[in-house]
Amino acid sequence: MTAYGKPLPVPDADSRHFWAGCRSHRLLLQRCRSCGTHRFPAGALCPACRSREADWIESRGRGTVFSWITVRHPVPRDVYAADVPYVVALVDLEEGVRMATNIVGCAPEEVTAGMPVEVAFEDVTAEISLPRFRPAAGR
Amino acid sequence: MWSLRDRHCIAGIGFTEYSKASGRTVLDLASSACLAAAEDAGVAVEAIDGIVSFHFNDSVPAIAVATQLGLPAARYAIDIAGGGNAANLIVLQAAAAIEAGLAETVLCYRAMNGRSGFRLGGGRELSAHGVTQYTAPFGWITYPQAMAMWCRRHMIEYGTTSEQLGAVAVTCRANAVLNARAMQRQPIGLDDYLASRPIVDPFRMLDICLESDGACAVLVTRADRARDLRHRPVYIMGGAYGGGPNQGEDLFDAIRWPDHSHNYARYIAADLWGSAGVGPTDVDVAEIYDCFTYSVLMQLEGLGFCKEGEGGPFVADGRIARDGALPINTHGGLLSEAYIHGLNHVVEAVSQLRGHAGPRQIPDAEIALTTAGAMTCGSAMVLRR
Repeated sequence: MTAYGKPLPVPDADSRHFWAGCRSHRLLLQRCRSCGTHRFPAGALCPACRSREADWIESRGRGTVFSWITVRHPVPRDVYAADVPYVVALVDLEEGVRMATNIVGCAPEEVTAGMPVEVAFEDVTAEISLPRFRPAAGR
Repeated sequence: MWSLRDRHCIAGIGFTEYSKASGRTVLDLASSACLAAAEDAGVAVEAIDGIVSFHFNDSVPAIAVATQLGLPAARYAIDIAGGGNAANLIVLQAAAAIEAGLAETVLCYRAMNGRSGFRLGGGRELSAHGVTQYTAPFGWITYPQAMAMWCRRHMIEYGTTSEQLGAVAVTCRANAVLNARAMQRQPIGLDDYLASRPIVDPFRMLDICLESDGACAVLVTRADRARDLRHRPVYIMGGAYGGGPNQGEDLFDAIRWPDHSHNYARYIAADLWGSAGVGPTDVDVAEIYDCFTYSVLMQLEGLGFCKEGEGGPFVADGRIARDGALPINTHGGLLSEAYIHGLNHVVEAVSQLRGHAGPRQIPDAEIALTTAGAMTCGSAMVLRR
């Protein structure tokens, strides 16, 4: 799997379930069983109430663009030279959490603040699928 | 809130050459800057009993410098894990340690081969652990990429423009032209800024600070001792460190930061000004942390020099120039002097308050602001002569 050649997540005890969900193309989030707050990134404690009890729920995978950048100068150059320009965005999910992701399926110039987007998983290795986002269908 | 107004002073400053390739070890750079600060103060090296630094594993620890300098008994040798957020914090730590009796005379330094050695944000790591597993796999790796995401948000909310960012770059460069130790001294205009290479929209090359090899240091001691030393003492009036909720799991991480159009500055403003007993209109010269042009806007807004969202117009009308109402980054800043992670801002503020800044001196500068930090956490001080 080294052929991929770009940074890959290393799932840990907190995040294993999230990445396993991505592998099956389900965007899973923790919801605190005590206070109901959704959280991301994954963690053992609810920052709102410190409870350790949480359920994994499936996000609808829909949200809006909060902010975005267009990477034009690749760093490291050899790793991203073929990808520029590419868009990295912060997306606010309907469940109330914010994720970093890529916006795919449109030109960088077409990305706007508040743009509705939906998750689009990409299988990058045999173990890892990345949750990227594309413009929402039916816009 | 900081409660030690005017009880401690910066009595010495020191620095090495700032370059792209020092050809020297970081230990040599750190020790040389510290030695220069002690000599500048007129303090015997043997009298120094404390030493503080901050780094990201890109430098040498305080005990190494204490050993290289032959300090007979360092009682306080502390390393803070931090970046630009910590440049004023280490000075406040030094004063707090002196107040508590942990040391009497403390050196604060930052040293690195930031261009020829460990380059911050080089990003060759292909295994993304911890919170980085949620960012790096999307090609979101470097600090310019991090800060550009914040800047875009300011543009969305307030209509901030590239020309306004460019005013910061042009101002810093104009000051660096007068600074013999600045790494970039070629004058630039707004056209040069706009024509500089796009790196990560909305940032161009000239929005992004330098990478530097070098070190600087300041010497902190009690005010009653400082008054007997070589130079006019520079008093630490007030200071603050911190940020708001969700400061993140590391300095890059701002996934949970609520609103990227403002940064740490709004959260420390009340303590900063309250501790110093003065306000923004009392500041004669401001050395504002400028790892990126945009970080200056958020700090001017957050610390109350203008309203939130008005940082763009504030910097674009000449107010921050050397002859304006609020001269900033009189040495050229991180954008044009060197990236010594904000401690060089403290060195410059001391030079200004002593009246030693030569061709870039702000006449009769009595009160200076220094800030450090760009994102979720940071530190600031108010200094006076």
